Amino acid sequence: MPLWLDLLIRVAAVMVGFLVLPLVVGQAEHKVMAHMQGRVGPMYAGGFHGWAQLIADGVKFVQKEDIHPDGSDRTVFRLAPIVALFPYLVVILTIPLGPNGLVAQNLDIGLFLVLAVLGIGVVAVLMSAWASANKYSLLGGLRGAAQLLGYELPLVLAAASVAMAAGTLSLPGIVEAWRPWWLIWQAPAGLVFFIAGLAEIRRPPFDMPIADSELVFGYMTEYTGLRFAFFLLAEYVGIIVIAGLTTVLFLGGWHGPDAEHLGWLWTLLKVGALSFVIIWFRVTFPRMREDQLQRLCWLILVPLALAQLVLTVAVKSLL
Amino acid sequence: MTVADILMIALGALAVGSGALVVTSTHLVRSGLYLVVSLGAIAGLYLVLGAELVAWVQVLVYVGAVVVLLLFAVMLTRAPVGPSTDLDRPIGPSALIGAGIGLGLAALFVDAFHWIEYPQRDPGTAERLGEQIFGTWVLPFEVLSILLLSALVGAIVLSRPDIGARPAPPVEEPEPDEPEDPEGPEEPEAPQDEEKDAEVPA
Repeated sequence: MPLWLDLLIRVAAVMVGFLVLPLVVGQAEHKVMAHMQGRVGPMYAGGFHGWAQLIADGVKFVQKEDIHPDGSDRTVFRLAPIVALFPYLVVILTIPLGPNGLVAQNLDIGLFLVLAVLGIGVVAVLMSAWASANKYSLLGGLRGAAQLLGYELPLVLAAASVAMAAGTLSLPGIVEAWRPWWLIWQAPAGLVFFIAGLAEIRRPPFDMPIADSELVFGYMTEYTGLRFAFFLLAEYVGIIVIAGLTTVLFLGGWHGPDAEHLGWLWTLLKVGALSFVIIWFRVTFPRMREDQLQRLCWLILVPLALAQLVLTVAVKSLL
Repeated sequence: MTVADILMIALGALAVGSGALVVTSTHLVRSGLYLVVSLGAIAGLYLVLGAELVAWVQVLVYVGAVVVLLLFAVMLTRAPVGPSTDLDRPIGPSALIGAGIGLGLAALFVDAFHWIEYPQRDPGTAERLGEQIFGTWVLPFEVLSILLLSALVGAIVLSRPDIGARPAPPVEEPEPDEPEDPEGPEEPEAPQDEEKDAEVPA
């Protein structure tokens, strides 16, 4: 296979994944939440159980007027949703789907790239918050930045633990080194990573920066139409990314019966199950207050992640 | 010219151009955002040079943390959306100093390295970097760690009067009939190792 064709297939596959998986998660969110709350959910669009609801939503967003608030900084305002979406696209490039190089880009330091690029999301939050020229947005943005900066630390520490256990920073390498008993050994780190990841994508119960009932959507208040849809898309891709990273780092990625052939299926199943849990959390937990949220991060997650690092080193040196 | 050369020149121009915009822009927050572009371009330069890990450290530390803290601080104090012309200063002296240092450094580097052909180095993988840091350079690494740790402890002591600082000296007594409280006003908490890690992931 010539290089350009190989490259084209990989890029196309990532684009398809990037465009399809978030829609699946979005539709699942509609339906799962509806079932958990004992209501019907969207049933009309498309005929069969409202399967076309998200497509209808997309059409609706495209039709809406693109409004800039008076006194906003237009350039920054327009750029912010793109900056919010971009890091997740890069991260999806590095998540391995199956064995034997079924990954868009196998990098020697993939894990490090993922953590570095996810950090760029903060800039998008601050950009949209400030450029909206709206005090609710600014409040939401400052909350968001404080939350993202704080939770990045347990996220990185938990990921460092599993990287130390595997002895590599390459994501496929980590999955290859993974053994089932790591589920217990790395359980605290996995828990910390998942919770910190939820906070990184600002999903409930960590949606204090958005807080629709008090900040009227925080840094997204002034966005309409397609730009708002970009933020929504970023949220759904974020679910995929956090579920995918947790799967790859802590749940053994493609490991499962007949991993040689069905590895991609195991990965997708695990990602789907974790996405379900993320949606489940949204309907289960009330929103955490700002001080509770920071307390959880600094007093529970960070010490837990540090303790896990010690445990990892101890077990690793005993082996 | 190879592709790498062209990329070097383009990224270098991007870094210098956005760096110039950082200091010439009259919009406070936009300056910070140009700084993001400039530091990102420098990360790109590292990538072109084959230092992958350094490039992503640059993104993680500078783009993801340092600039964000800077923007955060600006937004907490004053950050009008429009241009803030009242903060402008005469451009003369600073331009002179900046141009002088820039040209001087450029001349120095050209003089030091021109026409010397260096062999292509191996790419700077995590493994090589780790061997260097924890082999040859382990002592400076540890010294720097202790420096950072003491800075963190200092920051915590300064920001939490309930665990470190002495009770404030009685400067003035506005109302003498208030009950005296010689001990610290706050209830002393367990001053153990909470919050060791401030917001510096570096």
